[in-house]
Amino acid sequence: MALLTIRNLCVHYGAIQALHGVDLEVQEGQIVALLGSNGAGKTTTLRAISGLLKPSAGDIVFDGQSMVGLPPELIVKRGIAHVPEGRGIFSNLTVEENLRLGAYIRTDTAAVAADREWVFELFPRLQERLGQNAGTLSGGEQRMLSMARALLSRPRLLLLDEPSLGLAPQLVQAIFATIRRISQDPARRTTILLVEQNAHMALATAAYGYILATGQIKTHAPAGELANSDEVRKAYLGVV
Amino acid sequence: MHPRDPRSSQFRPGLGGVVLHGAAPLLGIVALALVMDLLVAPLLPEAWYAKVLADIGINIVLAVSLNMVNGFTGQFSIGHAGFMAIGGYTAAAVVYYGSIALWGDAGFHGGYFSYCGLGHFNGPWFGGGDLLFVAACLIGGLVAAVVGVFVGLPSIRLRGDYLAIVTLGFGEIVRILIQQTPGVLPPESAATVPAPGRYLHLGGALGFTNHPFYTTIFWIWLAVGATVLVAWRLRNSTYGRAFLSIREDEIAAAAMGVPILLYKVMAFTFAAFFAGIAGGLFAHQLGSTLNPADLGFAKSFDILIMIVLGGLGSISGAILAAAGLTILPELLRNPPHVWPLLVPVVPIALALLLYRRRRLARGWGILAGGIVLLEIARDLAVAHGVQLSDYRMVFYALSLILVMILRPEGLLGTRELWELWPRKRKGGAGVRASS
Repeated sequence: MALLTIRNLCVHYGAIQALHGVDLEVQEGQIVALLGSNGAGKTTTLRAISGLLKPSAGDIVFDGQSMVGLPPELIVKRGIAHVPEGRGIFSNLTVEENLRLGAYIRTDTAAVAADREWVFELFPRLQERLGQNAGTLSGGEQRMLSMARALLSRPRLLLLDEPSLGLAPQLVQAIFATIRRISQDPARRTTILLVEQNAHMALATAAYGYILATGQIKTHAPAGELANSDEVRKAYLGVV
Repeated sequence: MHPRDPRSSQFRPGLGGVVLHGAAPLLGIVALALVMDLLVAPLLPEAWYAKVLADIGINIVLAVSLNMVNGFTGQFSIGHAGFMAIGGYTAAAVVYYGSIALWGDAGFHGGYFSYCGLGHFNGPWFGGGDLLFVAACLIGGLVAAVVGVFVGLPSIRLRGDYLAIVTLGFGEIVRILIQQTPGVLPPESAATVPAPGRYLHLGGALGFTNHPFYTTIFWIWLAVGATVLVAWRLRNSTYGRAFLSIREDEIAAAAMGVPILLYKVMAFTFAAFFAGIAGGLFAHQLGSTLNPADLGFAKSFDILIMIVLGGLGSISGAILAAAGLTILPELLRNPPHVWPLLVPVVPIALALLLYRRRRLARGWGILAGGIVLLEIARDLAVAHGVQLSDYRMVFYALSLILVMILRPEGLLGTRELWELWPRKRKGGAGVRASS
């Protein structure tokens, strides 16, 4: 059974409907990419999953249990961590304080310490900058911090919103390499749902892909197939 | 492992445990109060200075508590005097009617530490009245805290200026409700006889009078110590980081699993509790008439200015600003020479220039120039017989404007006094002591 199943998800912003019945499945252990152009509803989908937006219809089932109507803090406790678009870091707090907030819901101090070690392995830069205000980090470091912070809640499902946005090409490569490492860590088995505009990189990393346009899923297939389909590339991925 | 053992796998320190643990800080608070009461206060050259020392203490309690809402969680509350009024009136009513019920009169029944009259006091260190007074202040704080829950609830839907208007309205409602109560307190004999249908007399627009006075430097600085300790521990705990995360980015905080509404309301509740205690202390100062007009939005603004000036979120900033802004209007009554301030300022400016810290040197240079100008202005005014004290509120306002131009983030920004100084922080030095 899928770890996350979304059926007929609809979200309204006031009178405007942003999602028109999205259906989506994420298998445990997979990296799934959710692609689409600006305004397609990618961020809205992630926000609905993590409880930051209330869906107007449809169901979100995580690990066999419906999560519609749960407040964000309970959804985090169920094991879903959301790395918001942009940086979403607490810029006037230190890196240390940001990381501690990532583990806010956890009480298993020993396991948190182990996860910190792991996170510092993934992002060694952060360890050097622990005492610094997060707002003084570079853009790439801030992105790393927001991912590290989310990982410290030991999520079963990690929602990544545009992790490569606005980063230098070299850093984009590094971020995607890190995403693969996170997914492949045998002890933690983190499933990842990835929203991206950089379709090429996302499909190279993910196992499965969904394409969203004007609030609906247009097509979905294993990532390799999507990447090679001319029709899809032309219509939705902006690759000529 | 024992389940309460912090090393066990399921342990989260409770709120009570975070705020109150260890005897040493509690003894420290008592020591602070004793030092202020027995050492500092008697050293003051005039009795009038003791009143300033008392006001500083009450303002610190108010500023540090408002800082929990405006500074920690980044909400904008400007109704703090409302909580102060609720606490003050509750405490005064408990003391007044309680004294009548217990002793048949509303006189002073305290001991040495509550004696605020002039002259020598012959009596015990503590009396029964002290117990009543302390209980009354705590009850006042609790009542204010309960009201704080309800004032905090709208904060989930309202941000920034909208929440400010709600809290402003709350403060005014409290003031006007008190003002509309019957005007004169009943004579003590009438107060002892329960009459059907008679409600509590609070003195109305004329104010609450005839209650005994208990507030001394000792009690005030005891409250200062307690407020600062609680604020400090709260901020440097899991709870505090959650507060700050809401200020920084509410959506990201929610995504971390921080229950936003709970924390916003909690901030209001804590702030209201300490404001209520400050109200109780304010109500029982020597010669005080608890007047609703003194607890209106002008008072709320005074407190707000203190924390904005000190730097929103900075506890030491709130303390410094509360002390400074209490002293400043008093100093301006009879402005002293300011040139002695040049003695430390000029060498610091020169030293900074020598070490090529241009920006800092310029700031200190401006400060030195300002001192020179102030001194000239003062001497001119004295030479021409102008009463500067008539214009003291103008100078007060001008100095606020000056600080806001030079340091818009407040004196200390969001950090603490000692964090500003040496910039040689090593990696990991920002780790604070608790978890």
